[in-house]
Amino acid sequence: MISVQTADFDPGAELERLRTALAGRAGAVVSFTGLVRDLNAGETVGQLTLEHYPGMTEKALAAIEAEAVERWELVDSLIIHRVGPLSPSDRIVFVAAAAAHRKAAFRACEFMIDTLKTNAPFWKKEATAGGSRWLSPSENSPAG
Amino acid sequence: MVQLRYFASLRETLGIGDETVALPDAVDTVAGLQQWLQTRGEPWREALADERLLVAVNQEVGDMQTAVTDGDEVAWFPPVTGG
Repeated sequence: MISVQTADFDPGAELERLRTALAGRAGAVVSFTGLVRDLNAGETVGQLTLEHYPGMTEKALAAIEAEAVERWELVDSLIIHRVGPLSPSDRIVFVAAAAAHRKAAFRACEFMIDTLKTNAPFWKKEATAGGSRWLSPSENSPAG
Repeated sequence: MVQLRYFASLRETLGIGDETVALPDAVDTVAGLQQWLQTRGEPWREALADERLLVAVNQEVGDMQTAVTDGDEVAWFPPVTGG
């Protein structure tokens, strides 16, 4: 399932909903929660705004999820991505993969968040005391 | 008619997020459409010359050779930074 939303989400509640729906069909759930980092290293608190391409965003996320489900034989999966204004420490993205065994769940979760960062049409704009600017991909996905 | 969309920094540079235009007779690819838009002059000429820009036709990633026909939705945007 995918969701693009302005509202916050509760990772614990999402995992519990997933666990209940799995009804014993999976032995492993791996999840990733992405948070808004303060890129100014504490000097000023930057507000972040997430823009996206309504319609294409949902298609891109659904395609990423479908590929993960097929490659790692997932029993269930979930991608939630927030849009709109966010602040440092806010939750921004949640990815979960449920599979028979842990290895597939780990790999699938990593694949979904990595692919999302390069293939889904979202853009981050950071506002600071000195003005606002769009983040570059190198700032968004630092190595490691 | 074709629906044109621009996102993020490109939308700000152009001062417009979307528009509907009549597809010129001679235009049948993304490259042709882009060149036609660039004849509008600045800021279009320089903004659309940025080789890092990505393009999508009917919400699927395409390239300069992707066909464009009447009724299509074509979008230009900078490299994505989600997640």
